[in-house]
Amino acid sequence: MAVQLLSGNEACAIGALRAGVKFFAGYPITPSTEIAEYLSRKLPKIGGTFVQMEDEIGSICCMNGATAAGLKAMTATSGPGFSLMQEGIGYSAMTELPCIIVNVMRGGPATGSPTRSSQSDVMQARHGTHGDHPIVTLCPWNVKECFDLTVEAVNVSERLRIPVIVLADEITGHMRETVELPEKPLLWHPTNPRKPRDQYFHYDDSNNYDSNIASFGEGYRIHLTGLVHRKDGFPTNDPEIIKWNMDRLRKKLEDNESWLWDVTFEDLGSETIIVCYGSTARSAMEAKRQYERKTGRRVGILRLRMIWPFPQQRLVSLLKSARRVIVPEMNQGQLNRSIERTVSPDVPVISVLRYDGETLTPEAIIEAL
Amino acid sequence: MDKFLDFFRLDERFPHMLCPGCGVGIAMATMVRAFIELGINQDKLCVVSGIGCSGRVAGYLDCDTFHTLHGRAIPSATGVKLARPDMHVVVFGGDGDIMAIGGNHFIHAARRNMDITVFVLNNRTYAMTGGQYSPTTPTHEQAATAPYGNCERSFDICFMARASGAMFVARSTTYHVVHLKKMMELALGKTGFSVVEIVSQCPTLYGRYQGLGDAVSMLKWIKERSIDVSKVEDPWHVPGKFVIGVLHDREEVAPYTELYQGVRNEARKQERC
Ligand SMILES: Cc1ncc(C[n+]2csc(CCOP(=O)(O)OP(=O)(O)O)c2C)c(N)n1
Repeated sequence: MAVQLLSGNEACAIGALRAGVKFFAGYPITPSTEIAEYLSRKLPKIGGTFVQMEDEIGSICCMNGATAAGLKAMTATSGPGFSLMQEGIGYSAMTELPCIIVNVMRGGPATGSPTRSSQSDVMQARHGTHGDHPIVTLCPWNVKECFDLTVEAVNVSERLRIPVIVLADEITGHMRETVELPEKPLLWHPTNPRKPRDQYFHYDDSNNYDSNIASFGEGYRIHLTGLVHRKDGFPTNDPEIIKWNMDRLRKKLEDNESWLWDVTFEDLGSETIIVCYGSTARSAMEAKRQYERKTGRRVGILRLRMIWPFPQQRLVSLLKSARRVIVPEMNQGQLNRSIERTVSPDVPVISVLRYDGETLTPEAIIEAL
Repeated sequence: MDKFLDFFRLDERFPHMLCPGCGVGIAMATMVRAFIELGINQDKLCVVSGIGCSGRVAGYLDCDTFHTLHGRAIPSATGVKLARPDMHVVVFGGDGDIMAIGGNHFIHAARRNMDITVFVLNNRTYAMTGGQYSPTTPTHEQAATAPYGNCERSFDICFMARASGAMFVARSTTYHVVHLKKMMELALGKTGFSVVEIVSQCPTLYGRYQGLGDAVSMLKWIKERSIDVSKVEDPWHVPGKFVIGVLHDREEVAPYTELYQGVRNEARKQERC
């Protein structure tokens, strides 16, 4: 392992390569473009493919096509492109194709503030595409985690066959830090062997996750459709099967929540706890340090590496002793609602918000403390 | 005949959901005959479609089939082809699917010279949603969303394909099935981006709005309006007719998968980056 000076976006691209991503389809957009540029240099060297599509709708569909044909594939974008990708995210959820999207957030809506940072796509990451669907969203807070969570995104997406969003932001994407990245990170491999062709069903109850699924070109003659389908993949309007199909998608997260929950924390015995994610967690850590030194009072920090599915049960127990919860976010208040639902009604949840494109500073959090 | 039936998912998927007299079945069966003629291996074939009546074709064929989003068959097929260059990747879609919502993808796949074949079934309407006007509905005609007549101009799919850089462009109809099969074979055999427009009847919607009668009279109508490309001076300007035949067949240039292999070779040579 060598020590390197890297930006978050570069670390993310390296994470993708070391996780076995061989295909990238994308469309340039600030502040995510360095991921595409990096992969356009590296992928052809290893026999992989980089393709710049005509737009982000084309990008996600092209990625879904490559995944259906058996490759680990990825795309990266920011707000406007992420909006265009939403229908394709639903397609991935419905057909159970792994799908990895890095969204390096900028301010919105519309063209918004392309070069400024923001965390305003939190709700879109969860609910952007229509219909009930499973999705996982991971939020890196530093350069190393841009790497780690991209690897994790590939693993989770392959394992559960659902879309996974790496929700970075302009700060984590463009910031440079010295890091040591593992050459061979831990990768998931299917534990369920694949049935022979004559017994194979693409959507068998036994293969909802952890499975080795057939791809195009392997002689299984599979059918993928965005329509609600039976276990053989063909569409149906039978209410019983519609429900089975929707329950199947729901269970992907429900059955796996225990290992998916991913939080880090410090000093949870204290009465005041800051719940944070992404780049604002950096300010929260600094606020804790300064505040504790000045006042001698402890402050707890609970940092979510995974914000969706929201780790509610886990947070209920972790926040039991809290008398006051502070939620810093670079938006008009998005994840705070989930946290309000987690703590008892007499515990105030105080939002510290900033949405002018500037970094949410430790001072702003100290003021709330 | 056995080979023909083998190409369909007979147990699971029939009877089909198309209306009596629909042209989609004719075009699908003709496409399968072309696959057989060329000896295309079912295990190395991926048929990709979007959404629409024409888009349902993917679900009936016994090969890898990819029923994608409305308008997105071409970028999805692009992903499949890039991941599996050894496969035959064929797109089958409607005029709305390929030329309206998917129009931009069509243009750029042609420009890139993606090595896929695109069959566009032109029934001049959005059939699946109930007969609204499409980019190929002629001006003045009525449709479900043009109750006072369509005030827009229509597209020539083949002209668009040629202008965008397609290697091979042909037009045929569901009346001329032998001719259609030939055009499909030529397109499938061409390296690079190839397109066949299939003029088709939709007696349920387009035919009803235009007062063209049942499927048989619509097929007669198609026959009467068709003219072979050899009989016209300028195939791009024959108003009121379907000019059928090979409209554009250019000298092949390297398709995208080959060009990208060149990028890989170059990337491996360069130490930098
Ligand atoms: C994003 C989106 N918009 C609209 C629709 C509704 N829709 C389904 S099929 C269709 C039109 C199909 O027309 P065409 O492609 O010409 O095929 P045809 O049914 O005529 O064969 C439309 C508008 C959709 N499924 N998705």
